[in-house]
Amino acid sequence: MAAPSPSRPDAALFDYLLRLGDDSLILGQRLTEWCGHAPTLEVDLSLANIGLDLIGQATLFLGVAGEVEGRGRDADALAFHRDAHAFRNCLLVEQPNGDFARTIARQWLFSTWQLALLEGLSTSAERRIAEIAEKAVKEVRYHADLAADWVVRLGDGTEESRRRMIDGLDWHWRFVDELFDGDPIEQPLVEAGIAVDRAALRPGFDATVGAVLEAATLPAAARPRPIKGGRVGHHSEHLGHLLAPMQYLPRAYPGAVW
Amino acid sequence: MSHDWPLWEVFIRTKGGLSHKHVGSVHAPDGELAVRHARDVYTRRLEGVSLWVVRSSDIVASDPAQAGPLFAPAETKIYRHPTFYDIPDAVKHI
Repeated sequence: MAAPSPSRPDAALFDYLLRLGDDSLILGQRLTEWCGHAPTLEVDLSLANIGLDLIGQATLFLGVAGEVEGRGRDADALAFHRDAHAFRNCLLVEQPNGDFARTIARQWLFSTWQLALLEGLSTSAERRIAEIAEKAVKEVRYHADLAADWVVRLGDGTEESRRRMIDGLDWHWRFVDELFDGDPIEQPLVEAGIAVDRAALRPGFDATVGAVLEAATLPAAARPRPIKGGRVGHHSEHLGHLLAPMQYLPRAYPGAVW
Repeated sequence: MSHDWPLWEVFIRTKGGLSHKHVGSVHAPDGELAVRHARDVYTRRLEGVSLWVVRSSDIVASDPAQAGPLFAPAETKIYRHPTFYDIPDAVKHI
């Protein structure tokens, strides 16, 4: 695979689609780890539903990525036959589930951001991206609302739920800045009306996050020194541990079907 | 955890114009989350267009021990069914 560069529009578009698809794929996989382990049956299904929505988005984005790449790789090939360094997801989505509050913290930050991103992408000049975004916006609006409901209830709940919610958010604040980073790969796509200018999403995100934190009686958002690198393949050690069980079966039994 | 949460009965309207029908129950800490849980548990396969939840403890039910006096007397009142009329052929939609 040639290294993506701004001078090769298709390579940049391929990379951009990986970023979109991998965010959804990795968080979807993370959420499925809760299956059978969530605090209640109802919460188990809530998290699984969100996970399935995300994996559906990933299938669509990675499918288009395969078309753009033009080397015969479909969504499955991209999901199951790439190694960790070839993934382009943000670091936030690969963070371990922790307890329920930490999972909710991650979901709330991600979905709040992803909602704004997809709203922007629903008018993308790249028709295939716009169509996926338009469908996904409805799903993600629910994810963001549900997660915000839980942030308020845990934050403004018992002493223990509040402590866990604060701890959960404290784990994740350092991965927020990366969500709003554009780079030379995306810049020409932004100028062409295909990609969304990530930095422009920040004020709206901060306002929404601030309002929910206030309703939850939680401390204001922290801005610790950010950790970045997921968009260029520099991942935490957590990603490999997530990919191993996810990719095991298609690699051990290539072409297996049921 | 769920044993701390009240139980809510879930009703779904399958499509516009039909009544909400009871489909089951969920545990949830409050009504708003009960609606979310009902959505996540009972509408995953396009089962409905509207949801109601009501606290199970708010439902006043008939006493099963009184089923005889309450319902048995109707068994012998078959004339309450409108089955003794000849419907004219010209009448549609009945």
